[in-house]
Amino acid sequence: MKSICFYFQVHQPFRLRTYRFFDIGKNHHYYDEYFNRMIMRRVAEKCYLPMNDILMKHIGEFGANFKVSFSITGLAIEQMELYAPEAIDSFRRLVATGNVEILAETYAHSLSALKDPEEFERQVTAHSRKVEEVFGVKPVSFRNTELIYSDKIGAQVADMGFKVMLTEGAKHILGWKSPNYMYANAINPKLKVLLRNFRLSDDITFRFSQQSWPEWPITAEKFVGWLNKINPKEEVVNLFLDYETFGEHQWASTGIFDFMKALPGAVFSHSEFKFSTPALLAEKLQPVSAIQVPYPVSWADEERDVTAWLGNDLQDESFDKLYSLGQKVRQIDDPDIQRDWNYLQSSDHFYYMCTKWFSDGDVHKYFNHYPSPYEAYINYMNVLSDFMIRVEKHQPDTAAMLGELIEKGSQFVKMVGAQAGEQLEKASGKAKQAIKKGEEKVIPVFDDIRNLSDAKIKKLVKDLEAEDLVAALKDAEQELVNKVLPNLSRATRKKFEDLQHEMKVTKKSAAQIRKQIEDKLKALF
Amino acid sequence: MKVLMFGWEFPPHITGGLGTACFGLTKGLAKHGLEVIFVVPKAYGDESEEAVRLVNASKVTIDIDKDEERSYWDRVQYMEVGSNIIPYVGPEDFERLQEENRKASKSFKSRVFSQKYEFSGKYGTNLMEEVARYALIGSSIATKHDFDIIHAHDWLTYSAGVAAKETTGKPLVVHMHATEFDRSGENINTDVYAIEKRGMEMADRVITVSNLTRKIVIDRYGIDPKKVVTVHNAVEPSNKPELAGFQKSVDEKVVTFLGRITYQKGPEYFVEAARKVLKRDPNVRFVMAGTGDMLNKMVARVAKLRMGDKFHFTGFLKGDDVDKMFAMSDVFVMPSISEPFGIVPLEAMRSNVPVVISKQSGVSEILKHAIKVDFWDIDGMADAIYGLCHYNALSETFIRFGKDEVDSLKWEHAAMQVKQVYDKVYKQQ
Repeated sequence: MKSICFYFQVHQPFRLRTYRFFDIGKNHHYYDEYFNRMIMRRVAEKCYLPMNDILMKHIGEFGANFKVSFSITGLAIEQMELYAPEAIDSFRRLVATGNVEILAETYAHSLSALKDPEEFERQVTAHSRKVEEVFGVKPVSFRNTELIYSDKIGAQVADMGFKVMLTEGAKHILGWKSPNYMYANAINPKLKVLLRNFRLSDDITFRFSQQSWPEWPITAEKFVGWLNKINPKEEVVNLFLDYETFGEHQWASTGIFDFMKALPGAVFSHSEFKFSTPALLAEKLQPVSAIQVPYPVSWADEERDVTAWLGNDLQDESFDKLYSLGQKVRQIDDPDIQRDWNYLQSSDHFYYMCTKWFSDGDVHKYFNHYPSPYEAYINYMNVLSDFMIRVEKHQPDTAAMLGELIEKGSQFVKMVGAQAGEQLEKASGKAKQAIKKGEEKVIPVFDDIRNLSDAKIKKLVKDLEAEDLVAALKDAEQELVNKVLPNLSRATRKKFEDLQHEMKVTKKSAAQIRKQIEDKLKALF
Repeated sequence: MKVLMFGWEFPPHITGGLGTACFGLTKGLAKHGLEVIFVVPKAYGDESEEAVRLVNASKVTIDIDKDEERSYWDRVQYMEVGSNIIPYVGPEDFERLQEENRKASKSFKSRVFSQKYEFSGKYGTNLMEEVARYALIGSSIATKHDFDIIHAHDWLTYSAGVAAKETTGKPLVVHMHATEFDRSGENINTDVYAIEKRGMEMADRVITVSNLTRKIVIDRYGIDPKKVVTVHNAVEPSNKPELAGFQKSVDEKVVTFLGRITYQKGPEYFVEAARKVLKRDPNVRFVMAGTGDMLNKMVARVAKLRMGDKFHFTGFLKGDDVDKMFAMSDVFVMPSISEPFGIVPLEAMRSNVPVVISKQSGVSEILKHAIKVDFWDIDGMADAIYGLCHYNALSETFIRFGKDEVDSLKWEHAAMQVKQVYDKVYKQQ
């Protein structure tokens, strides 16, 4: 039994407002709410709602025989929640029928798989969580942003526990092979791979209304006729489409909705095909072979590679700069930073910076609010510069109390110094005694450290020299050292460790160290 | 003494430095008791007439059948509008203008000779048409007004000045604010060059805005040195209130380029110097404010050097934004390859921003409290920027003395020198 596997991609980015140099460091609001709302409303009304209705009717009519799958990015879900809640409800009703599979993908429709495996995994997890929260189902099949796939990405996806992944049936990876079979990942054969039948998919997405095309117009019967021409041994026809094809890229007036209304009926009455979803196909079909994809492929443009998003200097710089923040951002527990981190990753920002206009200019211009890739880059970099400042400045919990404690610390050091000084003036012979006294004072303070919070310690030690710390902590218990050490700034800590190391190596005697403290204290007056 | 002055723009409707300079000069002349009739191609009605009587050339009608005017046509030739004549357009605008230009070129002659003509007074597609029309009107206006001297600013108005002189026999002074070589490097528009050369040859005196320009006028146009006088520009004292409460929003030092992003302004050298500074100290931000035909190239270069997070573009700045930009700046750089004068550094200094200027700028002849480097010396430029960012004593000195210095550059003084030029040619007559 042959299958048709419909998969629809739903995504909307948070487009940036005009963000100027003067805003950097001052204004942290990056998004064009009016524009985003307008587009979401338009797409919901022209595409999501009417098309969902059609699918709902098919499910009502054909029951379990009619199945489709969707992937909806986290950003699209968020925007529907904000601007078109009725669209979310509509998708919920579809999922509730049990005939609609929701696929996993990256939360932000990001290119993280190409750059940062850790971020990739974080986003996939975040997306699955969001899908479960909104639709009550846990995704089991995976599709990456823009169907980007390589052997390596597939292997990582397999490690995350997915059984099947979707990608483009690009000519240059298939060669003479047909996309209409189940394949397997070349590194980890446990991951099954479904390949998009780009000819039949593009007949709908790109050529449906193209009147210069000899096959125009396509009717459901004609399309089924093409399906029937496929070699009967082949197992599955993967039709992977942008959901906005219906009503947005192909307007209602082209007849696209009528086509979709008629298609299932024509399939059932004129062919052997049934509808299926990736998860069901993964259970049913065995891979015919591994598919070798050493370099990333995608479903975009003639090249079916990633050059729509990466490759020119504008794209590469902004992309690299963004991902250089990953490590830091993941440690920051701040919902605003996390939100912007997601939104800034969406692949669309890099798509707007694409300079290869000629073959796919029309698609690139769609929904693009920038007059040129240069403007897209300038605006994005201004936003990113502000975001970088925020990430850089983010020091959880210390900032507020710093001043006070630094003051206390330095007062104490002065006090010890002054006392030692008085003693010295009285009789230089008694100097050592005074210093000893000073040391005795140091120890209790450090004892108090045991009871201080990390934040306070951080403040206290911020202004102390590494040398002082080494001396002060030389006889301290390991517990105390452990309490202080993590709170040092990176530079001080390094210096501290170097000094400690140096001391061990040179095996300085205790007297020498005491001498150092003496010198330090002397230097204070 | 009465002066008939031909200009192309007048505040507040200005696109470049020419209108500002004309305004300052006329105000200075008024202080010395001179009367100025100022002709502009298009008046909007809200121009300041405190120092001049404004004549709107769009309101002047001509009799197209008059032989003298018809014969003038022979000398006004049709010229293609090239990118360099249009001083302030971005890359997209340029494409658009070129396109319009191709469409518009046909009926050129008939429109110039129409009875009434509405000037745009801009630097657009119809520039050559407007220049030709302006010249036609020059003589017509000259017969209708009473004056002693004709003064024409830049090539756009030279033909009008020459026509007025031919009609009335009054002495002509032409003012060279920028030569074709400053606008276009070596790839000059020969038609514009010819207008400039003829204007200067016909003039009784040529005023240049710097010795640099004077030298070009003598060397490249073959004008008699005795006829050429340098009068440096000045700057209007700021009448704007300080930006109250304006706070710089970034921690880093801000280094600014502000001007047209075109070849002769040397934007490339600014980008390369920025790279050198950022290698040493990442805590500096660079800003390139303005637009022009080299903008995209600069953006691509910045991306290639991977410094887009520290090097920002603002596009064309209007009104308050220029003041805001200065208020945010710690260093201003003008790396011009060729700058007849260069008024922007003076504006920066007036806003307490220390400046680095190229030695190839006219303004460097008169400024003491500015760091001067050769435009090609990116190491020197980087050094100067780094020094002004890090050594407070240096920047504070420049700010303090720079402000005094700029305040002493008054249009009144420049106007005095212009008046002396008038006196001489008037006496000779």
